[in-house]
Amino acid sequence: MNLLYKALNLSGSEKLGRILTTGAAAIAIISTITIVFFISSKGLSTFLVNGVSVKDFLFSTHWLPDRLPEEGGPQVGVLVFIFGSLTVSLLAVLLSAPLSVACAVFIAEIAPNWGQRVLQPAIEILAGIPSVVYGYIGLSVLVPFIRNNIGGLGFSVLAGFLVLSVMILPTIVSISTDTLRALPGEWKEAAYALGATRWQAIRMVLLPAARSGIMTGIVLGLARAFGEALAVQMVIGNTRKIPGSILDPVITLTSAITMDMGNTPMGSLWNNSLWSMGLLLLIMSFFFIVMIRFIALKGGAAR
Amino acid sequence: MNSRIADRIATVMFWAGALVVIIILGSLTGYVLYHGGKSISWDFLTKPPQVVRAGGGIGPQIFNSFYLLVLSMAYTIPMGLLVGIYLAEYAGSNRWTEIVRLSIETLNSLPSIVVGLFGLLVFVNMTGWGYSLISGALALTVINLPLMIRITEESIRGVPASLREASLALGANRWQTIIKVVLPGAFPGLVSGAIITSGRVFGEAAALLFTAGMSSPALDFSNWNIFDSSSPLNPFRPAETLAVHIWKVNTEGLIPDLRRVADGSAAVLILVVLGFNLAARYLGRIIYRRMSAT
Repeated sequence: MNLLYKALNLSGSEKLGRILTTGAAAIAIISTITIVFFISSKGLSTFLVNGVSVKDFLFSTHWLPDRLPEEGGPQVGVLVFIFGSLTVSLLAVLLSAPLSVACAVFIAEIAPNWGQRVLQPAIEILAGIPSVVYGYIGLSVLVPFIRNNIGGLGFSVLAGFLVLSVMILPTIVSISTDTLRALPGEWKEAAYALGATRWQAIRMVLLPAARSGIMTGIVLGLARAFGEALAVQMVIGNTRKIPGSILDPVITLTSAITMDMGNTPMGSLWNNSLWSMGLLLLIMSFFFIVMIRFIALKGGAAR
Repeated sequence: MNSRIADRIATVMFWAGALVVIIILGSLTGYVLYHGGKSISWDFLTKPPQVVRAGGGIGPQIFNSFYLLVLSMAYTIPMGLLVGIYLAEYAGSNRWTEIVRLSIETLNSLPSIVVGLFGLLVFVNMTGWGYSLISGALALTVINLPLMIRITEESIRGVPASLREASLALGANRWQTIIKVVLPGAFPGLVSGAIITSGRVFGEAAALLFTAGMSSPALDFSNWNIFDSSSPLNPFRPAETLAVHIWKVNTEGLIPDLRRVADGSAAVLILVVLGFNLAARYLGRIIYRRMSAT
């Protein structure tokens, strides 16, 4: 311990502390810039080196990266993947958000004492369940269930968004609960004093007041669902076609990267377009950050 | 009268919503533990996996997961502490701080597969390390750093200002105060944070597929020369972790007892992660009690 203290120069000037911590902060910034730089430079090579137009890449459904020109030429349109990612994650949020908010309101406002003491920690702990486990349960329970009772192959949009919606439940519940808890108690009391029932207080006072926090939770859940790779890949069947119904298989950006990154040679058009999909995921995560900041800004202004 | 009925209906609805969430999450955990619990045995936990025959275990995978955890925490904890201290103690409200926070937020929101891609490009290919534990550990550091920083900052901000002022009033400088007064005060929170972060390392898979790799060489557990390629401690060897193993046996597995292996691995994974999270909760509390009693 004494040696450690000596190494940290505790008896001397305090410059060392400032240098160390500022240096670490600088490293954090540099790493972020490096990541963005490398993913972008590699992701842009589809457009810069292979000469694919951005419009074709984003809006074409022709995914033929390994065909010769006489067979329709190599084409890398990733609309199918974008469509898959958006469908699966948006449906997951549509299902998960109302359920999570109901659960959060229950924990924060309705549950008796035991509910608050047991439920919130339990959900926070369950938030740590790894996503592969969700995927595995989806694969071993949900997929056969859909195949036998609803129809289709089982590997489907339905299985994908159900798995994701369960996966993001804990995220949305805990953020929403924290926000509801943080509201001043007087607001609820004032509503009661005006003769409001509990439901009216929740609907007209508490939920509007917690709106920005709840929205943040939902966007974080959406971001998590959008970026999830393995859990989705295991249950959606990964067919490169726009699905006709929710019982059809589908493919997402993340699952395409997961499956093909290891099997395609570095520098080929196919491989490059996978990197471009990675860049697309990066851009989406920026978009989510901006959204969260915007929500926070609006929420702050309303108060 | 109407509003009273609406209130009743709403109450029932909230109960139902909460019940659904609890039932889903509870039955999910119960299902994995019940099914997997049956296949967990000493043999299963220690034996190496099989490629095409039945009867394989997950011994090397468990070792890899823990070793990767140690390697990655060796970067994450010091970096997280330093940046957390910076943000809580030194950072002013200026542009530079804003940039630091924005970077951390960006890191935090990166999908783990994107971090995996970055790891593939930089740690695996550019450094020439290939699929290796060290590449995986660095990729995991990128994923976990934001969480560690946030927890450090929160724990440090939770230390009462009076302690800091007392130390400064006694003539200690800022750095001495941080190391000798603030950090010990934040210790319970820091321990919890480090454990929670560890749990996440254990469950991560997407970022490891292309960094630590999807295979393990034959390991010789009596070989402790860390530069030898068959030594389990060699940080430059590829390593398949438990979470990756679950994914791999399910998508490319050829073994006949796939369900048994996958069930068992999932149960072990959940047990370890839940164990980490529970430990984080209780250890933090126990340390706090110890410290505040003396």
